[in-house]
Amino acid sequence: MTSTDYSLSYLEALEAESIEIFREVAAEFEHPVLLFSGGKDSVVMVRVAQKAFWPAPIPFPVMHVDTGHNFPEVLEYRDARVAELGVELVVASVQEAIDRGRVREEHPLASRNRLQTVALLDAIEANGFDAVFGGARRDEEKARAKERVFSFRDEFGQWDPKNQRPELWRIYNGRIARGEHIRVFPLSNWTELDIWSYLAREQVPLPSIYFAHRRQVVRREGMLMGLGEFLPAQDGEEILEMSVRYRTVGDMTCTAAVESTAADYAQVIEEVSVSRITERGATRADDKFSEAAMEDRKKEGYF
Amino acid sequence: MSELLRFATAGSVDDGKSTLIGRLLYDSKSIFEDQLEAVERTSRQRGDQYTNLALLTDGLRAEREQGITIDVAYRYFATPRRKFIIADTPGHIQYTRNMVTGASTADLALILIDARKGIVEQSRRHAFLSSLLRVPHLVLCVNKMDLVDYDQETYESIRREFGAFAAKLDIHDLTFIPMSALNGDNVVNRSPNMAWYEGTSLLHHLEEVHIASDRNLIDPRFPVQYVIRPQMADGSDYRGYAGTVAGGSFRPGDEVMVLPSGFSSTITAIDTMDGPVAQAHSPMAVTIRLADEIDISRGDMICRPHNHPTVSQDVTAMICWLDDRSRLNAGAKYVIKQTTRTARALVRELHYRLDINTLHRHEDAADLALNEIGRVTLRTTTPLFFDDYRRNRSTGSFILIDEHTNATVAGGMILGAP
Repeated sequence: MTSTDYSLSYLEALEAESIEIFREVAAEFEHPVLLFSGGKDSVVMVRVAQKAFWPAPIPFPVMHVDTGHNFPEVLEYRDARVAELGVELVVASVQEAIDRGRVREEHPLASRNRLQTVALLDAIEANGFDAVFGGARRDEEKARAKERVFSFRDEFGQWDPKNQRPELWRIYNGRIARGEHIRVFPLSNWTELDIWSYLAREQVPLPSIYFAHRRQVVRREGMLMGLGEFLPAQDGEEILEMSVRYRTVGDMTCTAAVESTAADYAQVIEEVSVSRITERGATRADDKFSEAAMEDRKKEGYF
Repeated sequence: MSELLRFATAGSVDDGKSTLIGRLLYDSKSIFEDQLEAVERTSRQRGDQYTNLALLTDGLRAEREQGITIDVAYRYFATPRRKFIIADTPGHIQYTRNMVTGASTADLALILIDARKGIVEQSRRHAFLSSLLRVPHLVLCVNKMDLVDYDQETYESIRREFGAFAAKLDIHDLTFIPMSALNGDNVVNRSPNMAWYEGTSLLHHLEEVHIASDRNLIDPRFPVQYVIRPQMADGSDYRGYAGTVAGGSFRPGDEVMVLPSGFSSTITAIDTMDGPVAQAHSPMAVTIRLADEIDISRGDMICRPHNHPTVSQDVTAMICWLDDRSRLNAGAKYVIKQTTRTARALVRELHYRLDINTLHRHEDAADLALNEIGRVTLRTTTPLFFDDYRRNRSTGSFILIDEHTNATVAGGMILGAP
């Protein structure tokens, strides 16, 4: 940047806004935690958090809500990244919640997406976290489009969309009573394309499944589901071997792949730029139940 | 290099605001097929005669059930020239709160008027709120021109009437665009149906309007947000003051003054993880290092010895009351957040309540209720460092928080020390 240039590119402006949010939380809360799944949004979160406190390390732990149905590539990535950053990793385990009888699994191979809420809320309470950073973006979904950057949760972890605190200028109200917490969404104003553009600009590594690779899949309800330990082929399903990549990374049982040959950032950005389907619509069985699926899960305390 | 433009939209229930937003998103290819399919499905279920693009922005179940918009919704689209963030605010009278929220961060406000109805009370209210919140650019979209046969005189008379009203407000850049959001006239492309109109299309205006000088680049203000003091591996002592530039610009070598202590020092470096920068200006998030070891903590302000904000415990401001469970009255105490400072504030005086339709000042007002706007004087427990909101939206704004419910009850725009 030259000394007379007062402009800021939109990516720089988005990054600056997110850095400000991270610092605000670190300054005002006792026990923040950053949700880190190894998914691309949480990878950006960690990158921006690093920048917010550099040269100091990130001053809070990261937490993974572990469904037990993970892509092995993503777990590997998570552990490598945590070691490299030198941050503490808290694992909130859905399996443990099942074993303790906190939640009941309908079927051993069913999606554990919704069960995550209990594991997450239990971990928030057990660790006394008062601010929980999430990577959710407003462009993802209609209920999220109306959520604040600082999103208040009551002592049951619930979100009340009709009783949100007005959020003016860039002044955030993080005041809470004991037992309540704030979900903080520093990437609220980023879009999927912004995420990819930023990852490309920063050259941050991602789990390999975000790029095209060959995988055995089946077509199920119009989506390509990757086969694995938790997702065997059902009777009558044809097993295909295709070049695919993932646009989002969640529980293996509810995250679908898209056909793709995009092997690097530039190629992924090209695909995302011309994509006509949202990433959740294309690849998330969990959001397809009803128009209000996300709103309902958020009210219960989902991230 | 593409820039970011934030704009707020306001309009009444039937003036076609959602259709306009739907069209901007659709024509810029920001609506995805699955979103459109969901809207088409819901439109059919509701018995709508056409694909109701308004459903794209009605996100919450209560909104869909009642067919109204309750809350500010944020939408995103981009063209090769700019990335846009829309704060879509509902128009009903009871939602002044949302309009104020959306306008607080907007570079531009877009007000819709139905060409058949002309200026209505809500149009005036939205224009007033945009000027109160100091949104730098205002665009008046005279919509539904197709329903008045694209008549120039209808447009001109709305333009004259609104121009006369706007002259009473503090509005610096006002643009009028005749359009039909439904047909796409003058939304993305100039319309052949209104050859008499010599201006540009809305999208062209949004792409070209000059926003770089809307920020305050004159008065250096750096509210310290967070102090970075790591244990360095080599045992050296690093002490950096992290924050977001709120005004002016800073460079290494600048002589600076720190409030409240009043001590002076010199900037030795402006750090980011990507390397030191030669200059920091609003809204960059950076870390400043100084030559001298002075005691600086969150809430302090780095400025210049000969250009500093007002330092005072007494503040006069216009405030908008945002809470439906309580009212503001003189004698009440709140928590105040302004830049990175937090203090307690006592309402010393409520000077008047402003009728936002007539601009009449009710000096006998005893309190302010939800969505009401008034002028107050506050006394704070510790001095605040502020500028006139008209000069700096970052250092001139604050929120009030109820100490018992923790609700954000008011937004304030500082006029000065009394």
